[in-house]
This record gives sequence, structure tokens and C-alpha cells, in this order.
Amino acid sequence: MTYIIQGETGPWEVVIGLEVHAQVISNAKLFSGASTTFGAGPNTQVAFLDCGMPGMLPTINAECVYQAVKTGLGLNAIINRRSVFDRKNYFYADLPLGYQISQFAHPIVGEGTIILDLKDGTSREVGIERLHLEIDAGKSMHDQHPTKSFIDLNRAGVALMEIVSKPDMRSPEEAGAYLKKLRAILRYLGTCDGNMDEGSMRADVNVSVRHPGEPLRTRCEIKNVNSVRFVMQAVEIEAARHIEVYEAGGIIEQETRLFDANKGETRPMRSKEFAHDYRYFPDPDLLPLELTEDFIAQIKSSLPELPDAKKARFIGDYGLSPYDAGVMVAEKETAAFFEAAADGHDAKTAANWVMGDLFAALNRTGRDITDSPVKPENIGKLVDLIKNDTISGRIAKDVFEIMVETGEAPDTIVEEKGLKQVTNTGAIEKVVDEVIAANPEKAEEVRGGKEKLLGWFVGQAMKASQGKANPGILNEMIKKKLLG
Amino acid sequence: MSLDKATVRKIGFLARLEIPEDDLEGLAHELNGILGWVEQLSQVNTEGVAPLASVSEMKLFWREDTVTDGGMPEKVLANAPDAMDGYFLVPKVVE
Amino acid sequence: MTDLTSLTLAGVRDGLAKRDFTAVEMTEAYLSAMDAHKGLNAFIVTCPDVALDRAKASDARRAKGEARGPMDGAPVAIKDLFCTEGVQTTAASKILEGFKPCYESTVSGKLKDAGAVMLGKTNLDEFAMGSANITSAYGNVISPWTAENDATPLVPGGSSGGSAAAVAVRLCVAATGTDTGGSIRQPAAFTGIVGLKPTYGRCSRWGIVAFASSLDQAGPMTRTVEDAAIMLQAMAGFDAKDSTSAKVALPDFAKALSGDIRGLKVGIPKEYRPDGLNSEIAALWDQGITWLKDAGATVVDISLPHTDKALATYYIIAPAEASSNLARHDGVRYGLRVEDGGNLDEMYMKTRAKGFGKEVKRRILIGTYVLSAGYYDAYYLKAQKVRALIAGDFREAFKTVDVILTPTAPSDPFPVEGGAKVDPITMYLNDGFTVPASLAGVPALSLPGGLSQKGLPLGLQLIGRPFDEETILRVAQVMEAAAGFDAVPTLLRGGK
Ligand SMILES: [Mg+2]
Ligand SMILES: [Zn+2]
Repeated sequence: MTYIIQGETGPWEVVIGLEVHAQVISNAKLFSGASTTFGAGPNTQVAFLDCGMPGMLPTINAECVYQAVKTGLGLNAIINRRSVFDRKNYFYADLPLGYQISQFAHPIVGEGTIILDLKDGTSREVGIERLHLEIDAGKSMHDQHPTKSFIDLNRAGVALMEIVSKPDMRSPEEAGAYLKKLRAILRYLGTCDGNMDEGSMRADVNVSVRHPGEPLRTRCEIKNVNSVRFVMQAVEIEAARHIEVYEAGGIIEQETRLFDANKGETRPMRSKEFAHDYRYFPDPDLLPLELTEDFIAQIKSSLPELPDAKKARFIGDYGLSPYDAGVMVAEKETAAFFEAAADGHDAKTAANWVMGDLFAALNRTGRDITDSPVKPENIGKLVDLIKNDTISGRIAKDVFEIMVETGEAPDTIVEEKGLKQVTNTGAIEKVVDEVIAANPEKAEEVRGGKEKLLGWFVGQAMKASQGKANPGILNEMIKKKLLG
Repeated sequence: MSLDKATVRKIGFLARLEIPEDDLEGLAHELNGILGWVEQLSQVNTEGVAPLASVSEMKLFWREDTVTDGGMPEKVLANAPDAMDGYFLVPKVVE
Repeated sequence: MTDLTSLTLAGVRDGLAKRDFTAVEMTEAYLSAMDAHKGLNAFIVTCPDVALDRAKASDARRAKGEARGPMDGAPVAIKDLFCTEGVQTTAASKILEGFKPCYESTVSGKLKDAGAVMLGKTNLDEFAMGSANITSAYGNVISPWTAENDATPLVPGGSSGGSAAAVAVRLCVAATGTDTGGSIRQPAAFTGIVGLKPTYGRCSRWGIVAFASSLDQAGPMTRTVEDAAIMLQAMAGFDAKDSTSAKVALPDFAKALSGDIRGLKVGIPKEYRPDGLNSEIAALWDQGITWLKDAGATVVDISLPHTDKALATYYIIAPAEASSNLARHDGVRYGLRVEDGGNLDEMYMKTRAKGFGKEVKRRILIGTYVLSAGYYDAYYLKAQKVRALIAGDFREAFKTVDVILTPTAPSDPFPVEGGAKVDPITMYLNDGFTVPASLAGVPALSLPGGLSQKGLPLGLQLIGRPFDEETILRVAQVMEAAAGFDAVPTLLRGGK
């Protein structure tokens, strides 16, 4: 499903690359001992280094190195045994040191790959260019005061992983899928909580367009887009802008832009008007970061099962379709719930209940799968009750609704409400006889050849049995009685 | 390579140093003098020499991931030229 | 009481131990000496109250038999580049005027814990950028020395000029200095005292206002070699807060002073004897060689081929690092702010233009330029490569010799007036003999060797292997004995 925009000058293709800043899960900051927890009072989580006091020096947090390597391995990437921290020099109110400690020439992680699962069930590989460690800046607030901006440095110094993709994406959907998948992998690994509202994951989106087959044209970087939906919108809007400019005979300047969701537009960043010259050089306060084989091997051995592997297993072991499997592994909590539900039961049916009735119920009640009123093992039980004819599919629906309300186990519900299917022929024959006896002339019509009335009798009998009669037996019985 | 007034102005901006127009000429001259003098390094053959960033031969010391710092906003703000409600204040930045 | 101030650190240690005097008496003696010599402008701030409190505490400890060793009760001065909790720290810059750190640098903290009494913060070249102490925003430091029958004020050297003058003229028993390209050794030579720049990484840089991170190193400035050993002991050691601090064992430096250097190999690098080397300096150097031979050392001619490129290398690397290190002085979180309704960039530009002096601005601009796009390789990267060659020179030399002897400075102290006039490069040339060891990160010490014809102190420099301060201290003490240098600054003569 290629995404092509038809312009007056012909078809246009969009070329997209993402730079994602993912906040590393760690207790303390990358180079200081201050806390990283979100939402504390202004400047309460600031060490003297984080506010750039004279003479303060950085010391590296081992956990952040561990997390970066773990992430690199999760992205099937090359881990560089030796990486170097550089200073990226520029002035800004929330950059207390006057430089950002980052990795420029020698990042900790090199090339890797990520596999996108697309709506049509197909998948597509996107290249990872690099991953490097760097520190976050503080927060500036511009609307607290008529003439001042307020600076809070709690975030200054928090460890970030900047994950740079290759320009391999060709549609808004792919860009969205990339961000979703990357987020899933980071959350499976436990190296970033992926919480985009709190800014622990931000994307810089690089967009350019070209006629298919052309070399790459000038790209623009849209900074700090903070949701999957916005990324997709930004790509669409920016691509359209480029095409409009080109087709009006204009040229696109390479620049960084801001995405305005409300106005539905991107615009150049004011503060970035001046040409930057970051003057990168190795930070003389730090030494090269060297990793041993053991260190890397030990992390490799501790990696959890990641979405792609899980998806393959769900297809193989549980016979799920690629699409269903993709849906199931998208969130690690969903995958865990499904496995608990499917374990020892008919997995495909379990999958249908989870993706169908359960997701619907969760949406309805606005609840999360982690606090689902229906426990996974109860979905397993429900599946069994259907399989062994204890209840019919129709009754199962009612039982599930009760499960959602009460959280009770299906077998209990079936017992209490006496919803067990009736398979006892004697009992069913009794009901059938009563219905026939009560409708002699209709019975005659059937005998006279009006067989379509058989269904009517079945319905009446099923109603008389409060839906509990085994449909198979009931049908046979009525045929036998009326047609002999 | 000799730098002119324009370059000095640009460097001055990168370094956030206000340089009076009248000083640009003199500074350019002075800086050219120094740069001309350090040019002598081009005479040194550094073929295949690895740049030395630090003389330290130590391994980078890795810190444990425990919160050992922060929680002292009053000290962080103690020397601030302008602060309010626990924040540093700067001239309003228009984004 | 004034003769109390003529005691060495070792003398103070012994006198306090023997209860000949108290730390408070000692401190009061120095405080009055400081008053008497305010004119030298050696201190930016004095802290008599802090000093007397610490002195009292020291005496109290001693009374309880809990004295903390040789530094306990010793009145010292701290270069105003070390952040000191609650005591103004300016780096001699207007941009840090009034800045009172809420933390104590590791080195000054170690001295404090060892019981040392801080008398005040000594003057220096702004951000330690200078060799004459004429770039301080708080005024020049005047050397306590003047030439024979010529009262022209002379420079004490720099950047640790305040510490050097204070130690020389007995305003403290010892002082801390920092050395990036010679800022401990050259002023020590100019004022007739001992100055030791330890191996890079020996003393923590945490809490020292940064100039050039890959070069900065703190060290002791004292009146004797033994004192240098005692004070270094208290200043040095691994610090987990400084990633470049060295995790190496700390020897007992005083124990190294055996007086025996027989069989020791001393290298004499020919590159330090350029054509037109000041004949007095050359003569003193030869004198030093003789002293070493007489003491049984073997003298070997060596070569450090890239010596003549050290200065140019230094004046790329140091400004480059400084341009980045000084970026944090932006008027946002501490120090000077110049705000007149302009936007953030205007505030930065005005604040830094007003807050930094001429030399600092000059180096920031040079540093910014050599790191900027298109010039990085030609300047900074090239300098790093030449630095590797210079370090290699020393590594080679130390395969055959144990220590290297050179002059400390190319001339004797010059007038403050002249200093202000000379162009930057001529001023930079003062560091020609000290910069190579800084670039190589090896330890180096300057000791007084004698007087020039004008009656001004001249220094000799001993350079050692990485983390072998012991050998240079041992050799230095032997030379100290041979030199018998007992000249005191002009200001102290005639019993003043
Ligand atoms: Mg980026
Ligand atoms: Zn980044």
C-alpha cells in the first residue's frame, strides 16, 4: 500500500526519517545524583551540576549505560565497545552548562533494524542509523509572566536516548507504525516508559518529498512532536506544504519547524533563525565509555521476549493470524493477558473474545487491560464451557456480560443462573410435545408440506427452554415428530 | 585563513559576547596575530597520529544508580539574579 | 609575634605539637601580616572570622588530643578559583562578583577536614588566564620583590600570583594554586617559593572553577620542598566526583624525602636551551646540573623534539576548552546579569561583555573560532595530535631518565607596567618552559635556585614521571639544600 500524492507535476513520494528522544528509565540523572521522577516542585530535583554551578563535574550513571545497551540489543543493533561523550555548544535559558553533553562522532549504539506491522497485515523493515546517550534540557515556561520566562531545571540532566532512523518511511502510516513499534520495544525492554504526555518520548520528524525514482530533496525537521497521531498529521501537512511550494516553482529551505496541532500547520522556529554552529568536541570532563564483552553478553542473556518473537510464537503456537498476533503483542500487557487466557484452552477462540467482547467492554467502561474486570483465566474457562457444550455461544455472550459486571467466574455464573445447556432428550421431547400440542393446525401445515414452519417450532421450543435446549438435539427432535 | 570583521561579529555572537562596532577591526587584527602564530602547527607532521583528548589513562568511573543529590531548591536559587516561586527568571523568550 | 609567620609548615606543625604557640596565635599573627601588606592586593577576600573559628576548633581538638595531623591549625590561603562554601568565589572575574557557593571544592574541603585554617581567597589572573596577575578584575597583585635599588613594582607571575606573593611575604604558611600551563610554577619561580603541579588526576578538580579541563590541576605553593610534600598529602587523592581523578595509591610524600639521589638519572632537554636564552637563566640551569652531579646523580642529555610547538598547541586547546567551560557564566543562575529590556540573547551578550575582561574575551573568541565549523580539523584536531606527540616525547624520555631538569621561566620577574603593554603572544611566551609538562599531564615542580643580578628570584623546574611526585620532591629537596636559597622578598628585609 504505497502512499502517493498526485500533484499537477505528477506523483509525489514522501520520505520520512524520525529522531526519537526517549527518556531512560533510571532513578538518578545521567551525570548527577538528582532524581528523575516526574512532576516534582520546581528546581527540587537539581544537583549543582544540573544548574551549571562553577566547578561541578559529571560522573556517569551505570544504569543509563546498561539501559542504552539493552535498547541497542533490542533494536538488533551494533553495540560500540568504545563511545565518546561530546559537548554540543549553544546558549539557551534551560541549558545551564551552555552545552549539552551528547555523543556525536562515536555513539554507544550503531546500525540496527525495526520491523513495522502495517494495517494490512504486511510488515516492513526500517533501518536504525544510531542510538546515542545525551542529557535532557530544563523546562522553560513562557506564559507565566508578561515579561519573563520561568526556568525549571528538574529535567536538566535526565538521560535521553536519541534514536535516529534511516529515511526509510514512505507514508504517515509507516511513520506512525514506526513510533508505535519503537515505543512497544522500549516498553517491553523496560528502558523507557514511552509516556508521551509526560514528554518521556518525543519525536523529531524529518520530511521531504520527491517524484518516485528521484534522488532525495531538501528535508525539514519538525521538532518535538509528542504523539503518534500528531506525527502522522505533521508528515501529511509538511509533505503537502513541500509539494505546494515545489509546484509553485519555489524551493524548500532546510530548517527546523514547529507543528501546531490546533492550527494544523508547521512553521519555522523563531529561536532557530540564527545559523547554529554547535562546535562539538570531546568533553574533557569525561573519559571514553568502554564496554566489555561480558557486560554486553550479560545484558543479551537477560533480554525479555520482544514483540516480533512473541508475534511469531503466537502465530506458530496458537495459530493466530498475523494481524491478530500483531494486535495481541502491540502492548506487552495485552500479550500477557492473552497468554494467561489462552494457556491450556482454545487459543483462537480466546483471542476472539479478547479482541472482540473484552476490548469492547474495556472501551465501554474506559478501563485498561491491566485492571480488566474480567480475569484472563475466566476467559479461558468461558472458552472451555463453549467447547464442551456446557453453554451455547449465545448464552456465552450473556455470561460474559455478567462477568464484566460482577467479575465472577463463568462456571459459577452458569451454575447460579442455571444456564447449563439441556442435552437430556427426555426433557427436550417433553418441551417439543407441549409446543406441538399447543399448535395443532400449524403442525398440520408442516405435515402438509409447509416445512419452512419448522424453524418457527424450533424457535418456540427454544424459547420454552429459555434458550437452554441443545440446538442440535432440538432440531432433530422436531423434524422426527412432525415429519416422522 | 584570516578573519575579517564579519567573522569576528559572528564568532562574538556564537560566544554571546557583545562587541562594539569600533572594536571589531582591532580584535580582528589581534586574533589574526594569534591565529597566524598558532599556524606553525601545520609544519608538524601528524601523519597517523591519534589525537590526544585526555592524558588520563584511567577507566571511566561508573556511578551507582541511586538518588544522592537534589532536594535543595533554596541552595540552587541562592545566587540567582532573578527568581520567583522557585523558578529562575529570564527575559521572556518568544517561541 | 611576627616571627611566627617565618615558620615553615613543618615548623608550625612541630610548634603546635609542642604547644609552643596555639593555632589562634598563629592565625592572629598571619591576619595582622595580611593587614600590614594589603598593598600587594594578594587577597580578593579575607575571612578572619572563619579563620579564627577554625583556629579555635583546632586548638580545642589538640587540647583533647584529637589533632588531625600536620595541617591541623596551619593558616593557609586558598586561590580564589576554589569554590568555598559561604565565602565569595570570583575567579577574579566581575562576572562572579558576590557569588557565594553552597558547596566546598574537594581540595579546599580536604584541607579544611585536615584542620587547615583558611585566611582568605587569593587574587589571580581572571579565570586563571595570565602569567603576570594583571588580568584580575580586582586589581593587579604586586610582587613583594623589587630589583636592587629600583622600586619599580614587579609582577608576581600568574595565574596564582596572589598565592605566590602571600606565601613569599609570609601572609600565610602555605597556599593552594592551580596550574593549567604553568600557573603554579611560574609565579613560584617569580617569588622565590616552591610550587608543585601534580600529575593530572592526582588532585580532584571538583569545585575548582574550570579554565581548561584537560589541563587544570591543583597543587601546593609553599616555602620549602618538605612543606610541599606535607600539603600535597592533604590535597591529593581519588575523588569519585571527578571522572578524570586518578584511582591510584597515595604514597607518603614526606617519606620520599630521603636526601639520597645517588645513581638517579636526570635528563637535560636540549630544546629548553634555545638560542638567545637569558644567560642568567642558562647559568642557573648549569648550576643546578652541578648540584645534581655533586649529589651523585647521573646527568643525561635528552631531546623533547616537539617542545617548540607546545605553546601554539596550548593556545589552541586551552582557549577551546575555556570557550565551552565559561559558557555557563551567562547571568541566568548566578553572578552578574546585565538586563535592560532586551531579549535573552541581548542579556547574554551584554552580561558576558561586561562580566569578562579583555584577556578572557580574547581567549573565548579564539576558542570559539578554532572549534567552529570548517576550522576544527585545522586547529583543534591538529593541536590534539601535536599534543599526542608532545606527550610521546616525555614517555620516550622517561624510558631513560627518572626526572628532567629545566629552568621554570625564560626570564626574571618583569615590571607590572611593561606587562600591561606587551602584546598577547609575548606574554604567552612566558609559559614556554612550563606548558609542555602540562600538555603531557606529568608532575612538575619549581624551586628557587638563586637570584638574578637584579636580585630577583629565579626558579628551576623538575619534571617527573606520571604519579611519581615522590622522585621530583626528593630531588628538589636535595637541590634546595645545595642552593641554600634564603633570600627573602625585599618587603621583608630590614625587619620591616
Ligand atoms: Mg537531533
Ligand atoms: Zn538529541
